[in-house]
Amino acid sequence: MNSWLYSEKVKDHFMNPRNIMLDDADFEYDSKGKTGDIKCGDEMLFYLKIDPETLTITDCRWKTFGCASAIASTSALSEMIKGMSLEDAYNITNVEIIEALGGLPDNKVHCSVLGDKALREAIDNYYSDHGMEDKVHYTESRIVCECLNVSEEEIEHAVLEGARNYYQLQEMTKIGTSCGKCEDDARERLAFYLDKHFGLKINEQF
Amino acid sequence: MKRVYFDHNATTPLHPEVKTAIIESLDVFGNPSSLHEDGRQARALIEEAREKVASLINADPDEILFVGSGSEANNTVLSLVICIGDRCGLHPPSGSNLVTSTIEHPCILETSKCLEKRGTNIRRVGVDSNALIKMDELEDAVTEGTSLVSIMMVNNETGAVQNIERALEIAHRAGALFHSDAVQAVGKIPLDVKSLDVDFLTISAHKIYGPKGVGALYVRKGTPFCPLIRGGHQEMGRRAGTENTLGIVGLGKAAELRAEEMEGEAQRLAELNEMLRAGIQSRIRNIHFNSDPAYCLNSTLNVSFEGVEGEALLLYLDMKGVEVSTGSACASGSLDPSHVLMEMNLPIEYSHGSIRMSMGRSTTREEVEYVLDVLPDIVEKLRGMSTIYGGER
Repeated sequence: MNSWLYSEKVKDHFMNPRNIMLDDADFEYDSKGKTGDIKCGDEMLFYLKIDPETLTITDCRWKTFGCASAIASTSALSEMIKGMSLEDAYNITNVEIIEALGGLPDNKVHCSVLGDKALREAIDNYYSDHGMEDKVHYTESRIVCECLNVSEEEIEHAVLEGARNYYQLQEMTKIGTSCGKCEDDARERLAFYLDKHFGLKINEQF
Repeated sequence: MKRVYFDHNATTPLHPEVKTAIIESLDVFGNPSSLHEDGRQARALIEEAREKVASLINADPDEILFVGSGSEANNTVLSLVICIGDRCGLHPPSGSNLVTSTIEHPCILETSKCLEKRGTNIRRVGVDSNALIKMDELEDAVTEGTSLVSIMMVNNETGAVQNIERALEIAHRAGALFHSDAVQAVGKIPLDVKSLDVDFLTISAHKIYGPKGVGALYVRKGTPFCPLIRGGHQEMGRRAGTENTLGIVGLGKAAELRAEEMEGEAQRLAELNEMLRAGIQSRIRNIHFNSDPAYCLNSTLNVSFEGVEGEALLLYLDMKGVEVSTGSACASGSLDPSHVLMEMNLPIEYSHGSIRMSMGRSTTREEVEYVLDVLPDIVEKLRGMSTIYGGER
């Protein structure tokens, strides 16, 4: 077989996932994060062992109900974060994970964000469980379109699901289709997420 | 590595004799519409193929028109609903409605959505947990204003065989025409368009060991019709475009071979299906069969494994040389699982973890044994890393 759906690195991580939390493992963890929902077709759990002095990640495990790219990207992420400070780990971007994997098809990018979302959840959970409320990241999603109640999170989700310009974003979220005052804000957020997840610089005229 | 092809509902390999027939026709280059010798040679091949396709379903040759795919055939039939010409299209043109089901192939589902946007009234009938059309819903949906009812004969994902006779009776009683997308049925189960009294029927070559890019549409004599592709007299003015002679030769040969092989194959596939089913049942816990042999084709087995995501399972099987398909969301790049399994009301964790195994003429006992050999370990591996099988801790 000379070609595969994904890169060789994805294949390697998919076939031999690192740091999996197996059911019989006696891994002890300091914090746990969960994201996704089986109803949406994917779910991820991230477990962290943390050095309380230095606030660095000493070890981690994860488990998932996810497809090949969710498995591979979380496996790659689990290798990247060991020895990292909580803040550095929190700031790893999806683009960096995909780079470490040697690329993913665009329509599979949305599966790869599960791992880092669960990781961030685990980090924030650690902060809030250990009296460091001030370090918890602001996660409540801001409403961009007041008329139709569309949040930043929904814009991000639409981008991951394939929205590449404002009209596609409107088609998917209905954003700005009532009074239209939020258009500039929505376009700015669209550009931000396209850059964040796909490294795309949006053409202003669209 | 040995490949075990368990994806015959997606497409089939060329039958060796179909391949030979195509190769032998490679030099026939004439335009079948030309009156000279080269043209007449091509024409003769096409008409011979038409007879063979007609014979497989007991149609008359002039009721068969060749098209570019099953999807084109389905689009052609549905486009009749909005045709308002006085000698073509279905009447009455205004206020007409189309009745179809929720488990059709996307080429019917998408086309019907498009028609809806253009003002056609569409009713979509649901299915029960075996993917069988709810006949009482169909009775309610079909009214005097219904011009066309389109129900697939065999579902591609589960292999469910619909009670087409009953659906057809409901349609005809209300004065509506009846179309069946039969690409998964033709050449697998006996089919007689005359005794069935169907108005339109869709056939695809590559599902029956013929080549890609060619299909056929049966149009019962005297049925209103209007071409989807216009601008030529080909196919008696019903489908413009110079005929795909080689593809049509392949389809003709494939149809002829199906007529010969179908019956003997059925018993063998029933045994293999039972072996596969029983084998999975005895080796793997917490599964759900989405195909019931009482209602489904023996060549199709759709099964869900709790806690296992379909695309991951498919790709691990592929590494072992086993080729299947999945209705899982991730394989298609969207987050919605198979619309067919959803319509069957399968619990959500099962609908994301299904694979479809579809066997065919070349499937052997050894292949089934091999699949039963590799499948349990793969399911166990994926369950070992699953959030919803071992659970959260």
